[in-house]
Amino acid sequence: MSKYLVNKFLYTIDRDPELVERYREDPEGTVAWWEAEKAGEILNLPSGERTTWLSFTDEERQALRTHDHVALFAMGAHNFLTLTLWIAMFERDFTEPLGMQLDYAAKLSHFALPYPDIST
Amino acid sequence: MANLVAILATTHHPFYYRTSRLPAEEAPPFAAAWVRKVEAYRETLTRARPDVLVMVGSDHFHQLWLDNMPQFLVGKAPFYDANYYNEEREFGLPKLLLKGHEELSAYILREGIDRDFDLAFSNELRVDHSITCPIFTVRPQNDLPIVPIYTNIFAPPLPRPERFVRLGRTIRELVDAWPSDLRVAVIGTGHLSLELGGPRQFGAHGPDPEFDAKAVEWIANGDLEGCLSEVTLDSLHAPGNATHGFMDFMLMMGLADGRKADYADNLDLFHTMEAYFTWYPNGVGA
Repeated sequence: MSKYLVNKFLYTIDRDPELVERYREDPEGTVAWWEAEKAGEILNLPSGERTTWLSFTDEERQALRTHDHVALFAMGAHNFLTLTLWIAMFERDFTEPLGMQLDYAAKLSHFALPYPDIST
Repeated sequence: MANLVAILATTHHPFYYRTSRLPAEEAPPFAAAWVRKVEAYRETLTRARPDVLVMVGSDHFHQLWLDNMPQFLVGKAPFYDANYYNEEREFGLPKLLLKGHEELSAYILREGIDRDFDLAFSNELRVDHSITCPIFTVRPQNDLPIVPIYTNIFAPPLPRPERFVRLGRTIRELVDAWPSDLRVAVIGTGHLSLELGGPRQFGAHGPDPEFDAKAVEWIANGDLEGCLSEVTLDSLHAPGNATHGFMDFMLMMGLADGRKADYADNLDLFHTMEAYFTWYPNGVGA
């Protein structure tokens, strides 16, 4: 499990308007590029001082490549990060106010307490 | 010594700013009542005539990240830029610039560390809607210097509820003992039951109305004992997956020294219970 790296992906995509659009339009390409180029960047360090050991598991990579928020929830990705990015990418596709958020919740309706652990 | 003229503990709802500015014909049915409640609440701060605001909130994965996560952090800077691109995008919140009060920040850091809180600090902090929502609601003229204090209610492992209460008590002792003539108000924001990114999000009420009713009673009555007897890090998962923000209310109850609130109000909104409490530790006219 590399929950931390999944969270880092969600976090760094969400804070960049261009990456939000790129991930919406091309999830496979964005995930592959990000894992190769960005996963090892420590956010407060110069780009040469990289982390060398971080990578996604196959399951994590697949969930991110397929915009599968249900799988991300199941593996303990941080609920706030996933929701915020999903609103940015997909709220525009719904006409009713909060339509996207309610659809998002309905797809998670089979989860009961305790929810998957978000600790990193 | 400084005069602690008011303590405010409230929810922070990022949709208020936009909702309160909608023309009547576009506003949702609950908007007018919401604005009335907030304006009445604003008066509880205005009447206390504060000179400086200590503001307790929590960064929502904006500047603080999992590679270096403080549990409690005090801003010490002459200014604080505020609000982020994703808050503008999602909530329509504008960018702000707030003044800081470095002397009070330095005092809280020095004395807080000496009282066993290893407080982190930041000399360049961009605050988010946990700090700016109460500016929009209770001090929209944004004319007072602030000391922001961030708590980790977001990225486990979290401090336990008892630790939040103790920090509140410590901030109270420090403000009461601050050698200054200024009038200080402390404003803290958190949540009652709340679900974000889970199956119970954005329902007709908060995810756990029963918890909300109890929580409002605990806060209004200053019932720290009752609250601490039921609330633990584990128990807070049950009312909703973002309910750990309630610990900021517990911090504020500690700051109010377990006293009954002088002002208590709440409003049942579509996915959360809004709540507004004020204490006047030295009396209403102090």
